[in-house]
Amino acid sequence: MKVSIIKYNAGNIRSVDYALRRLGIEAEITADEKALRQSDRIIFPGVGEASSTMEYMRREGLDRLIPTFRQPVLGICLGMQLLCRSSEEGGAKGMNIFDTVDIRRFCPQEKAEKVPHMGWNTIQNLKGPLYKGIEEGSFVYFVHSYYAPLSPYAAATADYILPFSASLQKGNFFATQFHPEKSGKVGERILKNFIELSETGL
Amino acid sequence: MLAKRIIPCLDIKDGMTVKGTNFVNLREAGDPVELGRAYSEQGADELVYLDITASHEGRKTFTELVKKVAATLSIPFTVGGGIHELGDVARLLEAGADKVSVNSAAIRRPELIDEIALHFGSQVCVCAIDAKKTPEGSWICYLNGGRIPTGRTLFEWAHEAAGRGAGEILFTSMDHDGVHTGYANEALVELSESLPIPVIASGGAGKMEHFKEAFTLGKADAALAAGVFHFGEIGIADLKKYLHEEGVNVRL
Repeated sequence: MKVSIIKYNAGNIRSVDYALRRLGIEAEITADEKALRQSDRIIFPGVGEASSTMEYMRREGLDRLIPTFRQPVLGICLGMQLLCRSSEEGGAKGMNIFDTVDIRRFCPQEKAEKVPHMGWNTIQNLKGPLYKGIEEGSFVYFVHSYYAPLSPYAAATADYILPFSASLQKGNFFATQFHPEKSGKVGERILKNFIELSETGL
Repeated sequence: MLAKRIIPCLDIKDGMTVKGTNFVNLREAGDPVELGRAYSEQGADELVYLDITASHEGRKTFTELVKKVAATLSIPFTVGGGIHELGDVARLLEAGADKVSVNSAAIRRPELIDEIALHFGSQVCVCAIDAKKTPEGSWICYLNGGRIPTGRTLFEWAHEAAGRGAGEILFTSMDHDGVHTGYANEALVELSESLPIPVIASGGAGKMEHFKEAFTLGKADAALAAGVFHFGEIGIADLKKYLHEEGVNVRL
């Protein structure tokens, strides 16, 4: 089993690497096309700003490479948002895997609704192999100011200010808005489910 | 629903936890990694590690500690103490910290907050404010762990920090800190209801009711404490069960 983490200027690469190590997995952190193509699992992490990150992805050719992957890919946080059609953040154009999803900024309606959405929030409507063994209403850790609206691609939803997609899936592309690498035992199980996908089936 | 957070704070000197603990089954009671792991297993939502060492050698030890904490814990953690410039932030984030907390250096040079937000995003920047109420009733900010008063007041500085890109405000009431009579709920509610970013309550926890009041009266998004957890006076699992029963939304 070869697991790769896409190397770019994302803030949480080290955290994802540590989380995999806790599962006994030595991942390769790489942006090399050949190494990525030969991987069994690819993780696309991300913390940062959408438009400048997309610009970087284009310069490195990663925006064309990532959509061609046939093995399971897991986009995390900004990684998820960049797999969508577009983002309101800096007017970024995404990689269009989730081809009907446009990322929007949270608009708080009340004083108690702070942005960024930061902390532990429950997830519901869990669907697909990533959530095997995870209970409805489990808490996971979020840090974000932009969200994916509800869509047929939603594999989990959350409610903060409004109901939104906490996770997306289309074929071999999996994505979470929350950080499984920082979500305690629940997050560990989700990462483990992703790694063990071949046994549970896509 | 978004849960209210419980955050134990560990003071670190030369790589060890300063305040003693009543924890059993730890290989070494002062080991900050083991203590963090124990808190995490009991249900802490986040941790804060505060470097109170002044020396250059101590800084290096602290950075090594941050790496170990990041490798061990699967919950977010903030580090603070001695962060003066962007290079300090880069070093600690590179070591694996999720957020950094800035205090005196940001009051002295507020642009530090803009720089952190621009380079690393608002979500990594916690602005810690130590303040004390004057007899006239205004809250004055203090520097250097509460030793030097400034001309800044709590509310205007908190708003400026939020405007410059801080992602959270960690407010410690020096009047309440260590007294165990509850958080400064009146100031907290004013902060929470006027700021667009989350507020962490700090200083004053002595009983479980105090945490509930920080959330219900103070409208805080998170409550931080040190002594009551370290000395085993309040167990985190018990606290969260209590808060849940009292109708506060917590992660169980």
